[in-house]
Amino acid sequence: MEEPILNQSQAERHDAKIISEVVSETISTSVIDKFFLEVASFSIFTLRFFKDVFRPPYELNELAKQAFLIGYKSLPLVGITGFIIGLVLTIQSRPTLANFGAESWLPAMVAVSIIREIGPVITALIFAGKVGSGIGAELASMNVTEQIDAMQVSGTNPFNYLVVTRVLSTTLMLPLLVVYADVIGLFGSFVGVNLSGDVTVYLFFSQIFQSLEFQDVFPAIIKTFFFGFAVGLVGCYQGYNSNKGTEGVGKAANSAVVFASLMVFIIDVIAVQITNLLQN
Amino acid sequence: MSTNAIPMALERDDKQNGLVVVAMEHLKKSFGNNHVLQDINLVVHKGENLVVLGKSGTGKSVLIKCIVGLIELDEGKLVILEQDMSALKGNDLIELRKKIGFLFQSGALYDSMTVRENLEFPLRRQLRSLPKAKLDSLVEEALHNVGLDTSIDIMPAELSGGMRKRLGLARTLILKPEIMLYDEPTTGLDPITSKEISSLILEVQKIYNTSSIIITHDMECARRTANRIIVIKDGVCAAEGSYDDLAHSKDPWIQSFFE
Repeated sequence: MEEPILNQSQAERHDAKIISEVVSETISTSVIDKFFLEVASFSIFTLRFFKDVFRPPYELNELAKQAFLIGYKSLPLVGITGFIIGLVLTIQSRPTLANFGAESWLPAMVAVSIIREIGPVITALIFAGKVGSGIGAELASMNVTEQIDAMQVSGTNPFNYLVVTRVLSTTLMLPLLVVYADVIGLFGSFVGVNLSGDVTVYLFFSQIFQSLEFQDVFPAIIKTFFFGFAVGLVGCYQGYNSNKGTEGVGKAANSAVVFASLMVFIIDVIAVQITNLLQN
Repeated sequence: MSTNAIPMALERDDKQNGLVVVAMEHLKKSFGNNHVLQDINLVVHKGENLVVLGKSGTGKSVLIKCIVGLIELDEGKLVILEQDMSALKGNDLIELRKKIGFLFQSGALYDSMTVRENLEFPLRRQLRSLPKAKLDSLVEEALHNVGLDTSIDIMPAELSGGMRKRLGLARTLILKPEIMLYDEPTTGLDPITSKEISSLILEVQKIYNTSSIIITHDMECARRTANRIIVIKDGVCAAEGSYDDLAHSKDPWIQSFFE
């Protein structure tokens, strides 16, 4: 007997059945297998980035646009965060230092904390939340609405246009944002010191510059390039490889933040170990 | 009408039907245990509109995505404009894609760009040295051809469903493709707009002399646009013929499309 034509709702159910079969098959894959498949897929994605980054055409206009959107548009959030960190750290540290009679060390201690660790890591985490999730959601949405396929069939390399430009932008912009956050954070600290004291700008910053060394600043800046790279790459990976459907968009944005934040911590641990090894 | 008897003409310049621009032989594609395309054989001739019918989930969209290389085939031979798709990689594939236009079901418009930027996007990438004046004139001409002259500086989100389809078509046609692939061009549109899109498909065939593959469930669109129709069932081409041939078929399964 001939199979009847499916009406619209039957057709949708038929599609849903196929999808559920595929999902069941995916779930039945063991967690370990899935983990290694994900690692392999991410490694291939990373290698493709390094291959395509040197391959023309260079999308310089898109790179400049993304640098503006990713860097300039993040200034208010990063600035406010930096200021609050500097202010709160100073207010919280003052009583403890006062107990030891080391209140005069407050600017130096706060400066070293902010520049070496807190500034880069907190800024990178804020950046992962704002920019990483944005990239993940944007690319996933483009994937769902077939915009990436449309680029591909029009003879454009979507990886070059979408991924390379965004990863380069995050890599170049995060260090600048961290420097900006550090400076604002130190001003926040200056305000904190002056809430219950009277220290001039000159004296405050003299103490900071006397306490800081090249090895405090340089490794901290270098690691932010890696933080930026990780945030951009993870965001792009999650968005570019998202599942079709609106659920995939939310999942991509969420995974981008979670994995980018995790990567920031892992890179930080490695960077601290390398810095310590080099200093010893 | 023929059943399970699609002629093979991979390297033949058919004097009666014209030059073969797309030829498929024993195409197979599976997703896990779901064998979507099991043995597809078909040809498309120069200047011909071929309509593909079939139930949802029978792999019609998969078929045309294979033609542009968005989905890789498992088995079979696919020759497009005398080039074997399986042998094409990198720049060669990009060059072939420039000759193929693809109208997505959703339009797939770049929603962060204006109408103008949507049209400029493929041009800027394919013709990098194109002067600004020439670029503008090509964009305006493309919009004029689909009747969207006044919408040049607005965002795609502000366009209606029919206008989005037209814009998608204009963006595709701006590179003057030799082959057009339409993925359900009238889905989600009212009957009047569907009719307009069908007329536009015919105009494109006439003006640009394109060969087209049209995936549709809309029998009115099929009737208006098709030179030939094939029906896919269980992953194979189950029937082929003109609209009238198939409409008068005694096969109840084929008949159910026309009821």
